[in-house]
Amino acid sequence: MADIFVVIEHRLGELREISLQMLTKADELGRKLSAGVTAVLLAGPEDGFENEIAVRADRLIVCRHDRLKNYDSDWSKELLSRIIAEHQPFLTLIGHTPWGLDLAPALAVKTGRPLATDCLEIAVTDGRPEVIRQIYGGKMFSRIAFQEAPGYLIMVRPGAFPAEQIQRGPAQVVKLEVPSDLAPSRREVFEYVDSSAGEVDITQAELLVSIGRGVGDEENILLVKELADLMGGTLSCSRPVVDKHWLSKAHQVGTSGKSVKPKVYLALGISGAFQHLAGIGGAGVVLAVNKDDKAPIFRRADYGAVADLFEVIEALKEKLKG
Amino acid sequence: MNIVVCAKRVPITQEVDLEIDQNGKDIKKDALPFTINEWDNYALEEAVLLKERLGGTVTAITVGDEADEEVLRRAQAMGADRAIRVSPDGRELDSFGLARVLAQVVRELDYDLILTGVQAEDDNYGLVGVMLAEHLGLPHAAVVTAVEPEGPTAKIKVELEGGLDEISRINLPALLTIQTGINEPRYVSVMAVRKARKKELEVRDINSLGLCVEELAPRITTLEVYPPADTGGAVMLAGDPPQIADEIIRIVRETGVNI
Repeated sequence: MADIFVVIEHRLGELREISLQMLTKADELGRKLSAGVTAVLLAGPEDGFENEIAVRADRLIVCRHDRLKNYDSDWSKELLSRIIAEHQPFLTLIGHTPWGLDLAPALAVKTGRPLATDCLEIAVTDGRPEVIRQIYGGKMFSRIAFQEAPGYLIMVRPGAFPAEQIQRGPAQVVKLEVPSDLAPSRREVFEYVDSSAGEVDITQAELLVSIGRGVGDEENILLVKELADLMGGTLSCSRPVVDKHWLSKAHQVGTSGKSVKPKVYLALGISGAFQHLAGIGGAGVVLAVNKDDKAPIFRRADYGAVADLFEVIEALKEKLKG
Repeated sequence: MNIVVCAKRVPITQEVDLEIDQNGKDIKKDALPFTINEWDNYALEEAVLLKERLGGTVTAITVGDEADEEVLRRAQAMGADRAIRVSPDGRELDSFGLARVLAQVVRELDYDLILTGVQAEDDNYGLVGVMLAEHLGLPHAAVVTAVEPEGPTAKIKVELEGGLDEISRINLPALLTIQTGINEPRYVSVMAVRKARKKELEVRDINSLGLCVEELAPRITTLEVYPPADTGGAVMLAGDPPQIADEIIRIVRETGVNI
């Protein structure tokens, strides 16, 4: 069986958690299939983390260049497609992250390999992978098969697999020079900025009163703010509220916002997209109020109520005032 | 600045009980209302905003049946100058096929920028935009939250995790997949959409694009669709809102949080 490849993701000198999660899954699949695990690292000249990866893989293909300190759209695609063409891996795992979404679809076209994104589970039967995904906002699951091909690309949802201490290495290190015929990149990154700094710090709150799309209208935000104040909690929200500019990004809980760890998380009108749920992994008790009894938030919450959130807010206010 | 936007019509599945269809490979959609994919709506708005500021044209494209023209009519009501529907002629297309089809149509157009949504609300793949860029040999960026054209390039912002943004410059022409929240899509009245129905809408047949069957064959297929297991969910609080409120207060106080 040809190798399982894992494309390592790192940013600003730090290895991303998804890389270790993918290496863990690759290790498990490798055992089942008697396949080796190869990590592919495109990095800057000074970047470390080689040792951290080397204990988790049989082989480490590493290519270092100033341009590869952080993700480079054109170069990553170009280099990885050459590496895939040369080594013909059976599976190539890539993170379902903003960078993965930039890279993998282009790589699929360039290498002619089938690709499934945002996968929660991966199995291999009779030499072909099958994956589990979520569709319709997490309200349904789907099982996906791939058309037969020399190899397959799979994007892995962050958090779908744990990052475990695995012992595979020490990996054989294969150093790769940037080929001299590589065209200059057509997209130049020059800055990283934090857009979530702001007037509130939701990461330190003991009690978060959080609102989602269900809040419906901008003026209703005030009603929830009053409740949060009355409870001595902090107001936070899910993505749709920030998208509509009703609250600033400093309030946003989730993958593209903040990860929070309150003792109590009260989710009002939040459906529970996986990007949101990823941000409340550290929360103590999660309480959810939503009109839709099939909302994915109820699968994560400890307590749930199917109700009109405004009626519940009014009732809470009355009781807390009284 | 001439801009092409690819958009898709999707069923509205929030606050609805979904049922699996007969062959077990999708949900029943006949009773569901449809709308423009949320991400595509932001992409369209961004295209129209750029056109209003810089001049040029906006061309909206969708691949689908006659009912999907609704998306194009909406685009025309928002300010799109040209609308093209590619009829799939009953063919099931996955993201690979869709990107190929779109590439054939877009190739013939004059453009500086192509915008698509990051992903669609229904199947959540997030593939078509970047695949289209690769077919056309264009530079691309995924998950874009700001676009500022500057001569032969554009300054763009890409949303990463944890509140971090990546600022970069990309050569034009380019393809950008647009993230929600980049703008505030304008309100489009039913009246405006109805009026747009009088405008010209071009229909292209998939069979006229010079693609062979092999190029359109799905690379991935759905074996089954199933609902999540009922077990392991929240303890549900019963009663009317005052009773629910009582329970919430009790549970919060039990954790030691003072309210």
